[in-house]
Amino acid sequence: VEQVKLLDRFSTSNKSLTGTLYLTATHLLFIDSSQRETWILHHHIAAVEKLPLTTSGCPLVIQCKNFRIVHFVVPRERDCHDIYNSLLQLSRTAKYEELYAFSYNPKQNESEQVKGWQLIDLAEEYKRMGVPNDYWQLSDANRDYKICETYPRELYVPRTASKPIIVGSSKFRSKGRFPVLSYYHKNKEAAICRCSQPLSGFSARCLEDEHMLQAISKANPSNRYMYVMDTRPKLNAMANRAAGKGYENEDNYSNIRFQFVGIENIHVMRSSLQKLLEVSGTRGLSVNDFLSGLENSGWLRHIKSVLDAAVFLAKAIAVESASVLVHCSDGWDRTSQVCSLGALLLDSYYRTIKGFMVLIEKDWISFGHKFSDRCCQLDGDPKEISPVFTQFLESVWNLTEQFPQAFEYNEAFLLQIHEHVHSCQFGNFLGNCQKEREELKLKEKTYSLWPFLLAEQKKYQNPLYNPDFSPELTLLEPNTVSFNFKFWRNMYHQFDRSMHPRQSMFNLIMNTSEQNKQLEEDIKELEAKIKQRNGRSDVVLVKEQERTAHPAPVALKSSPCFQKEQPPMPVNDAVRAIEGSNTADNRYSELVSEFSKAEPAVVSLEYGVARMTC
Amino acid sequence: MEFAELIKTPRADKVVLHRPFHLAVEGTLCLTGHHLIFSSRRQDNAEELWLLHSNIDSIEKRFVGSLGTIVIRCKDLRIIQLDIPGMEECLNIASSIEVLEDGWSSFLLEQEFELLSSVTNEWRLSCVNKEFSVCPSYPPLAIVPKSIDDEALRKVALFRHGGRFPVLSYYHKKNGMAMMRSSQPLTGTNGRRCKEDEKLINATLRSGRRGFVIDTRPLTVAQQARAKGGGFEQEVHYPQWRRIHKYIERFNILQESFIKLVEACNDQSHNMDRWLSKLEASNWLTHIKELLTAACLAAQCIDREGASVLVHGSEGTDSTLQVTSLAQIILDPRCRTIRGFEALVVREWLQAGHPFQQRCAQSAYSNSKQKWEAPVFLIFLECVWQIHRQFPCSFEFNEHFLILLLEHAYASQFGTFLGNNESERAKLKLPQKTMSLWSWVNRPEELSRFQNPLYEANSLVIWPSVAPQSLQLWEGVFLRWNRPSKFLEEAEEERINIIKYNKELQAKVNALRRQLAEMETDGEMQEAGP
Repeated sequence: VEQVKLLDRFSTSNKSLTGTLYLTATHLLFIDSSQRETWILHHHIAAVEKLPLTTSGCPLVIQCKNFRIVHFVVPRERDCHDIYNSLLQLSRTAKYEELYAFSYNPKQNESEQVKGWQLIDLAEEYKRMGVPNDYWQLSDANRDYKICETYPRELYVPRTASKPIIVGSSKFRSKGRFPVLSYYHKNKEAAICRCSQPLSGFSARCLEDEHMLQAISKANPSNRYMYVMDTRPKLNAMANRAAGKGYENEDNYSNIRFQFVGIENIHVMRSSLQKLLEVSGTRGLSVNDFLSGLENSGWLRHIKSVLDAAVFLAKAIAVESASVLVHCSDGWDRTSQVCSLGALLLDSYYRTIKGFMVLIEKDWISFGHKFSDRCCQLDGDPKEISPVFTQFLESVWNLTEQFPQAFEYNEAFLLQIHEHVHSCQFGNFLGNCQKEREELKLKEKTYSLWPFLLAEQKKYQNPLYNPDFSPELTLLEPNTVSFNFKFWRNMYHQFDRSMHPRQSMFNLIMNTSEQNKQLEEDIKELEAKIKQRNGRSDVVLVKEQERTAHPAPVALKSSPCFQKEQPPMPVNDAVRAIEGSNTADNRYSELVSEFSKAEPAVVSLEYGVARMTC
Repeated sequence: MEFAELIKTPRADKVVLHRPFHLAVEGTLCLTGHHLIFSSRRQDNAEELWLLHSNIDSIEKRFVGSLGTIVIRCKDLRIIQLDIPGMEECLNIASSIEVLEDGWSSFLLEQEFELLSSVTNEWRLSCVNKEFSVCPSYPPLAIVPKSIDDEALRKVALFRHGGRFPVLSYYHKKNGMAMMRSSQPLTGTNGRRCKEDEKLINATLRSGRRGFVIDTRPLTVAQQARAKGGGFEQEVHYPQWRRIHKYIERFNILQESFIKLVEACNDQSHNMDRWLSKLEASNWLTHIKELLTAACLAAQCIDREGASVLVHGSEGTDSTLQVTSLAQIILDPRCRTIRGFEALVVREWLQAGHPFQQRCAQSAYSNSKQKWEAPVFLIFLECVWQIHRQFPCSFEFNEHFLILLLEHAYASQFGTFLGNNESERAKLKLPQKTMSLWSWVNRPEELSRFQNPLYEANSLVIWPSVAPQSLQLWEGVFLRWNRPSKFLEEAEEERINIIKYNKELQAKVNALRRQLAEMETDGEMQEAGP
């Protein structure tokens, strides 16, 4: 469709870009008059809305799961209607096999594909933690997904937990998700375990489950008692008792310390994000509306509660050497958040690029966080959608803000992962649990995201990272006083260029440190050349031949200055150039209606979606 | 604070002194706290030269090999030249002389005017206020349109609140547009007018063009002001001007807001909702946003609309100065350098008569709520910080510099921020009795603490984003004492190290390249030889 206008969502002046809109099997593509391309993956589309017809055409608003919002105006209503319908169909996939990952072909051969999937090896990871050992062993109870469908095949449990105990305990736990090892802290010999809620109702008890918990606390020689963290608010947990579920009764279990931490459920989180987006998407927002909207959405409160829970968990292990069992209702949302963040605080390995992939693979993918349902990969129940994983990433981001040198990865890494959790371009996040993934034969039919991220890890490196920032296995202690939590502008306004700083200190530092590496190499090379020359200066005769082999010095000689070879810092300049610094972007001019002079339109959307897709 | 502490190399031998119409003399150079002394040290007719540091107007360094030359131009118009053997010694002496500059005379309006007159001759320097008789809160000198004589200025002063007649605040070289500031006109209820005032501000307009009056009060307040003798420019009498009311909060409202914000920041026990609602209730960021918006508006009128602007509120000593100074930060790259920013503070705040003594007598913990206390200057600095955050490479100074100014505005061992205006400072004889903050700050070793390693001069106009999502609490001030900042400081240090390392590497690469190239040419010559 031609002559389509793309409007800038925050600009007051009605400036726009005119261009052509294309629909492909996988993407929506907009090419403006200056040939800039905007790619939007159909899977990223969260909602399409057709607004009432205006004089200039029919407006179409597309909301994406990566918080991009695009506003098109299509001149003809019929075209608009067609696009609308096609997008509705294309963005709602009914079957896994229709997802982009199954058609995506990054030109890898089979062995590379297999290698890619083997990059993250969880057995290796458990070995790194120090299990199996005297207290913990690999259990084959769930080898065929017989005990719990949503768990992985390989599970680590205390040595003293026999199979009947496991089976008994799993029957007493919601969805059969019995307590298993999530993280083992080898210095403290304490463990993070995870499970779902017990089916205790008002008075039911289960001896095997009690034995199971006892086995976990006995597997920790340094501390007799263990914590049981119910990550739900107490009220929710009590309400669950009426449905035959509930929480552990401290009287029935010996040596446990029971604790509620009050993270809200997926529905509260979903509507909280909804409110947040409504506020941040308002045009001409005042500071107070923004702050009160932020408060009313409760979003930062939820982030804080997640991080508070993780800090509690990490402290129990690092300070008291006590093992902790974490659960919520089903043990795949809040439990994943708290376990993974707790481990991130405890173990600096998870603060490296590779380690973070392992962490996601372990606590989220393998333990059955329902990515497909939560991210709405298939057309499904909208009540199952929830930004649980986004909150995890945001919590990590908050930590990176407090500890700028503790993480090997940067914000772009978190954003890119978020992008691909929703993109359905790689197989990692498809499906709801490992069993489903095996049935889909993802490892044969799709590709793994991690090798691609690793291949371009330069982009995701934190130039300030200091591997010696904290000694191995020492606790990172974030300050969780409210004022430390900030609105994550780069996540929720990633595509609203006008809101970002016009000069990014971060990019500059990153490029500079990149350039430093290059320069170091240059120096080595030059020094080698000089050495070579020195050696050669005695043997004048040989030189002629040598020089033909080294054309570079000739080039140098011909240029009057020696700078010819020097990298002219093109990247740096690009970063520093202030483009798009434009009054119309910034809505100062509401008062002056007569300021109607056309501003040069500067909306740039080249950043983002399509980076990995083309 | 003693000048003597600043001297790096107190003495140098074998210095050659050149003066016009004198033979060159070799001798010893000594630097003392107040003088530069040259002595030929000859037994027969020892020649000595004593030069007061305060007499030095400018110095210039030159190097030929290891021989350094310093040319000193004095305020009494004398020019002398010193040849000093040894590069390092020469540099030390030069920098010692340089830092012995007297901050009290570093930023004079005369210099400003000199710069201005090199690009335009439409303005003149008026001494009408020499005895502070026309306007007690103005400095003795003012830049006004050339066509307006002192007599007219006196009349205009009677028509403006506190005698603050319109003066030039900023001249936009790019298009010759001017920003002026003043106080409200005293129109009163019966609509008084003053022909000279109209003539004065019209003198800044190009023929056929319109200008904008930015009134920092809402229309209602401006109207109410008429009852008390104040008022605003009425369209009938100023047909070429369009009035925009852009409300900026003042005095006690700001002070209350400040107190509330600090209270919220100091209470660590707040849960998230309470923190956010307290932050909101303080209204602090709203004030920041409003002020930034107003400054951008003024800058927009000048740069984009090509129109001249007159800014005033009621007294022209607070919100007016905030707007004019911030607009300059946005428009003028010079104001984003350290010296330029110092000059801006001197020009637009100190000389323009912002009553520091009154406004900064107390801070957020004061119990006596005097109505003249207000964090006006703090808000200005915070706005600069907000722009700085959005353009981190465009400022020569860093956050510490802003915090330094904030600290010294409230409490200082220097005389710079004492008093409410120039006339008070003159009465207190501050330039004679106290040291200027600038004398201290501008020494190289202090200055290095305030330099932004990322700085790269940016000649463009920088338009900040004023969306609430783009504004942040100034943590360096408000959370400075209530959060652990070790990790953030270490990260900052690391950033600086990366930049430094980069410079070192580049220098090294260049040196190696040069070496290699030299070897190339040498080799060639050898080759050509046989």
